[in-house]
Amino acid sequence: MIEFHQVSKVFESNGNKVEALKNINLTVEKGDIFGVIGFSGAGKSTLIRTVNLLEYPTSGKVIVEGKNLAKLSQYEIREAKKDIGMVFQHFNLLNSKTVFHNVAMPLLLSGYNKKAIENQVYETLRFVGLEEKAKNYPDQLSGGQKQRVGIARALTTNPSILLCDEATSALDPETTKSILNLLKRINEEYNITILMITHEMKVIKEICNRVAVMEDGQIIETGNVYNVFAHPKTDTTRNFVKSVIRDEVPKSVYQLFKEKDHFSRIFKIEFFGADSGQPIVSKTAKIYHVEINVLFGNITELQGIPLGNLIVELIGDNYEIRRAIEFIINKDIEVKEVFEDGSEHRVDIERVVGNDLHG
Amino acid sequence: MEVSTELILNALWETIYMVSVSLFFGGIIGIFLGVLLVVTREGHILENRLIYSIVNPIVNIFRSIPFIILLVAIIPFTRLIVGTSIGTTAAIVPLVLHIGPYFSRLVENSLLEVDEGIIEAAKAMGATPLQIIYRFLMPEAFSSLILSLTTATIGLIGATAMAGAIGGGGLGDVAITYGYQRFSSITILVTVVILVVLVQVIQEVGNRLERTARRM
Repeated sequence: MIEFHQVSKVFESNGNKVEALKNINLTVEKGDIFGVIGFSGAGKSTLIRTVNLLEYPTSGKVIVEGKNLAKLSQYEIREAKKDIGMVFQHFNLLNSKTVFHNVAMPLLLSGYNKKAIENQVYETLRFVGLEEKAKNYPDQLSGGQKQRVGIARALTTNPSILLCDEATSALDPETTKSILNLLKRINEEYNITILMITHEMKVIKEICNRVAVMEDGQIIETGNVYNVFAHPKTDTTRNFVKSVIRDEVPKSVYQLFKEKDHFSRIFKIEFFGADSGQPIVSKTAKIYHVEINVLFGNITELQGIPLGNLIVELIGDNYEIRRAIEFIINKDIEVKEVFEDGSEHRVDIERVVGNDLHG
Repeated sequence: MEVSTELILNALWETIYMVSVSLFFGGIIGIFLGVLLVVTREGHILENRLIYSIVNPIVNIFRSIPFIILLVAIIPFTRLIVGTSIGTTAAIVPLVLHIGPYFSRLVENSLLEVDEGIIEAAKAMGATPLQIIYRFLMPEAFSSLILSLTTATIGLIGATAMAGAIGGGGLGDVAITYGYQRFSSITILVTVVILVVLVQVIQEVGNRLERTARRM
């Protein structure tokens, strides 16, 4: 468990003060995969570095597994760090040493005997799937393999916390996926709490259960991943959501307005929550006398709950369209009507009726 | 007067003796000062403004004194250390003081080339400053340090030529006293050829060692 209590960090250089962290309050529970997302310069790197005192907070405290590291002696800090593994964006491996030696390093520093080191290193390498690379050097490995070595090194001391500093940002999407799966396995099999910082929404989407969004040294939103991304409160969060779920109406939809020669209305149906599990579109088409034409769809899953939107064209007479939309709204699903001029309006029942009267 | 083979061989031996002994002591001083210059600088693992601001100018002072001046300037100190101020052994003292600071700058450069991420990883693992130096910085810089040492060795050979001024002997001394002062072109040619071969061999050995040292 990691607790941040009113943590601030000020960097001073040549008389210039930069506030990297402003009064951060945050709790990472045991067993969490906690993601901190933000654009570069948001302060997330500084935040993760205060956990193992690569940066000392200017004020406030960081409590790791019940201990305020900053209050301990140098010796106690070094011992406490053995309980906190860290994985880096650029791996930070010793290029002059073999994979085995790199993974053994934390144990060598603690003065373990040779036999114990060998057992522990091979066990960890087996876990990350690199046993046969033990005698290779880092420059003989791919990026993904290097990161596996970095992860193995962080795990050899059996830590209870793993810090990931943009661990997948230097990797291609395929490799990112496999590293994220590995991190998930670590969390599940060893019950290690993971705190990761990233600027990639897909990382959060893939494995985190809780998230904090950082901007300008502050945490602007935090909570359960689904809640934060299904109901974003700030533009920054909305932007991150957009990076995995396309939110805007594609041009082809507007093109349709010009080309179509039948009466229809176009709606954007937004799925937030379990309701999208229902076959809402086919049900509506079955009950009402409307033809539903799916123009565009973007559904993704966050923690097993679907999230996204469908853009549909409802063809039929206006009365039936209105009833069909009413039916969908009654399922607690948000519907917006898309207009030719590019505007979108949230539809509620009165509005549908109103449009009906005009039509 | 003709120059005998024996004289040349004797001078070659004197050169090798002066270079190797001063390389040994100068190497130790150079590594010590080089490491000190790196770890005490701002933001590094043992940041210490006082030590850095003492060591840094001292190294500069020694590097700015021309070797021939240093050779005679420190004669009392030489006498204190080795009991004499003339001869091959006496030449070693100024050679060490010349090459130590020079090598320390090369060591400093080599160590500064080590990726900062490596130090960060070491700190995250809870390594002590000493462990960071000998388990992370030195191994990562090792191959580069070998090249630096090669450069220092060749620099030393050049410096030994001036050791004749205090009766140090060596190939350079033979070239000056027999070749230059007694107009023996052949002596100059022979000593220069030997020096060229010596430098080539040392550079080649250094390059090969560097290649194997990249992986330990």
